[in-house]
Amino acid sequence: MDQKTLREHEAKCIQENPPGCTAGCPVHVDARALAAAARKGDWAAGLAAFRKTVPFPEIIGRICDQPCRQSCKRGEVGDPIMINALEKACLVNGGAPLPRSAPLPPKAARVAVVGAGLSGLTAALELARKGYLVVVFEAADRSGGGILAIPESKLPRKAIDDDLAVFGQLPVEFRYGAAVGESLSLAALADEFAAVYLATGPGDDASSAAGLGRDAAGSIAIDPATLATSHPKIFAGGSLRRGRGDRSPIAAVADGKAAAISIDRLLQGASLTAGREKEGPHATALYTNIAGALQLPAVPAADEAGGYSKDEAVQEAGRCLQCECRECVKACEYLAHYGSYPRRYVREVYNNLSIVMGIHHANKMIDTCSLCGQCAQLCPNGLDMGEICREARRMMVERGKMPPSVHDFALRDMKFSAGDPFALSRHQPGHETSKWVFYPGCQQAASSPHAIRKAYEFLCTKLDGGVGLMLGCCGAPANWAGQERLFRETVQETEKNWRALGSPTIITACPTCFSMFHHNLPAAPIEPLWTLLDRIGLPARTGAGIKARPLAVHDSCTTRHETALHHSVRSLLGKLGHEIAELPHNRETTVCCGYGGLMIFADREVARKVAARRTGESAADYLTYCAMCRDNFVRQGKRTFYLLDLLFAADAGITGLETIDYSQRRENRSRLKRELLRDLWGENMAEPQAGIKVIIPDDIRQLMEERMILAADVATVVAHAESTGDKLQDTAGGHYLASHRPASVTYWVEYSPAGDGFLIHNAYSHRIEILY
Amino acid sequence: MSEQISQQNLVCVKCRVPLTLGQVTLSYMGSNFPVELYKCPRCGLVFIPEALATGKMQQVETALEDK
Repeated sequence: MDQKTLREHEAKCIQENPPGCTAGCPVHVDARALAAAARKGDWAAGLAAFRKTVPFPEIIGRICDQPCRQSCKRGEVGDPIMINALEKACLVNGGAPLPRSAPLPPKAARVAVVGAGLSGLTAALELARKGYLVVVFEAADRSGGGILAIPESKLPRKAIDDDLAVFGQLPVEFRYGAAVGESLSLAALADEFAAVYLATGPGDDASSAAGLGRDAAGSIAIDPATLATSHPKIFAGGSLRRGRGDRSPIAAVADGKAAAISIDRLLQGASLTAGREKEGPHATALYTNIAGALQLPAVPAADEAGGYSKDEAVQEAGRCLQCECRECVKACEYLAHYGSYPRRYVREVYNNLSIVMGIHHANKMIDTCSLCGQCAQLCPNGLDMGEICREARRMMVERGKMPPSVHDFALRDMKFSAGDPFALSRHQPGHETSKWVFYPGCQQAASSPHAIRKAYEFLCTKLDGGVGLMLGCCGAPANWAGQERLFRETVQETEKNWRALGSPTIITACPTCFSMFHHNLPAAPIEPLWTLLDRIGLPARTGAGIKARPLAVHDSCTTRHETALHHSVRSLLGKLGHEIAELPHNRETTVCCGYGGLMIFADREVARKVAARRTGESAADYLTYCAMCRDNFVRQGKRTFYLLDLLFAADAGITGLETIDYSQRRENRSRLKRELLRDLWGENMAEPQAGIKVIIPDDIRQLMEERMILAADVATVVAHAESTGDKLQDTAGGHYLASHRPASVTYWVEYSPAGDGFLIHNAYSHRIEILY
Repeated sequence: MSEQISQQNLVCVKCRVPLTLGQVTLSYMGSNFPVELYKCPRCGLVFIPEALATGKMQQVETALEDK
């Protein structure tokens, strides 16, 4: 990922964009934060949020014309939030003395401000804070301008005095009774001062603005972005440029701020225009989902003139939708786990890939994503964290920076499936060609070997033209682990075998195999078993062993875009007489079960949270069409049926609560191959070597499962110890202790002889090597 | 599962001697680190207790893998 790609990804996540109110406010008051504080009754925090961008809070808090309300999202489901009323509630209740204003070191340049209305005062304040010496010329005998005409009941004089007291701390000189016109010309001011801000209020007095260029309508020509006039040192704004009918106090303040920025830039020799696009009010790109939000009218104030009581303000603030996107985070337990959102995560991934020395803090996060693509479906801009993590994993592998322990177990399991113990490629017995080939997938065969065999036998009787069988691994674990080379090799091997069978249509039982072939074997026609069965019909009395019931369908994440597949699964359930309960996120927005992307190997805690959340979404029994999803849900104690079992193994008395451990999964695969070869093709495969007999009690089996230690690993250790004599003995209990390191993991086993075998008391492992 | 093994009670079956504390070098991801562990004073067969394997050693593995 380079810087440019990073920025493109970051730009897609719009969570950090301001809410509509802030974007629509000329000075970008954080009304969302203000409402959040007010909702909690934390008036001081609300006031602090308000003061952050508003120079005269006592005044604006009482008279703001609230253009923000036009872009308040709540307006789409009720009245827009009464933002100014909440500001006033914060002012009244959160009142703390204004913090002392600490200006920057004084600058030599002197700036003249003409007009002591809101706009001129704002410019004077902002410039003085930057260290400029400011002289304010005001025709009247006091500051305030237009706001002085507002009735005391609405804007008490004290509020004005309190706000303007700030000038007592700053290098600002006020010259009252100083009308700019004939005796004191604008041109003379421009000569005397480094810059001038003309903010004389509505009226556009020709005498005060003498010499400035005019636009076609005869008004002073003012650049709306910079407030520059035709004179390079003179800027103009406030209600002067808006006219008498449009007296917006907040727009006047915004102009004052803009003028101060322009003047500062002019005097610093910087560009007047660069990077000012979002200075004024603008539309926001923030997406906020309001589905499910109730229509709510504004909370009325009992005392209309006095404003909200505390209770009323809390209630009104409670209506604020607290606009944010987080569409993906809300739906994904993995994204929620790290407490932030993709814009931040993308940056963490980038930093993780960029550091040369030091700790790669984001390794676990990168490796834990299920790569399921739900976020891309839910994101208004289609940002896919899965693709970002998958790419990051590839880069980590490429650079030798992938932690070896994370995917080791899964990759060894993949090797098992792709190797002799399981892999097989045959035409249907008695056939020389194959029009079809059934590809059940390694994990489906590991979980439900009985149903896989029945399904194959059914397909053979139902389809013409020969139904070949291919057992093996599609390469998904390598793809998920970022092992690009291994993945390509696996796909090539599959392609070679498929071509050797005469390029038949591949029937997949596993959604992940379907997806892997669909994207990586473009030449191969593929059909999911489920659409095929829906079309060709089911075996007689299928599913009779399971009582019809409501079943919540969990769609597999790897086939989220396969609409026909989703339809067929539901259709098949209907044929079996089951009622379908839909889960909140399903079909194209479905969520991973907690196995995808090898999440379970990277962070078991997160994988469990993912599965727990999913299984908690419905009280109904679940139905999956991937055995791994079933196994993950059953581990949560959720009764879950695998569609293949419902169709082909219902007579075997399945309860929907069966669990299968890693050792059994291997055993099931190799036995399936042996039995199929023997029974269908009449070939006898060598039985696995009997070797050493180990007896593993259930609690130890459970512990081994958690530690990802197979029965075969334990047997290897005991066999090694017994043949070499390299073992320790605990003189207290008599147990033996031995270790063996067949490859990258050292396994330790505590055992004792029992009959013709060995009883296992404990097993653990480590990757660190004992040198000497 | 058995009770935690007391390391003082361990003997090397081949050499028929109790294990004693001694210097052992462990290695992972190209880093070597000396540690004191119980081992056979004659043939050098080392014992890694369960608590060490599933605790400190796992932490060190993760730390080195993330380097």
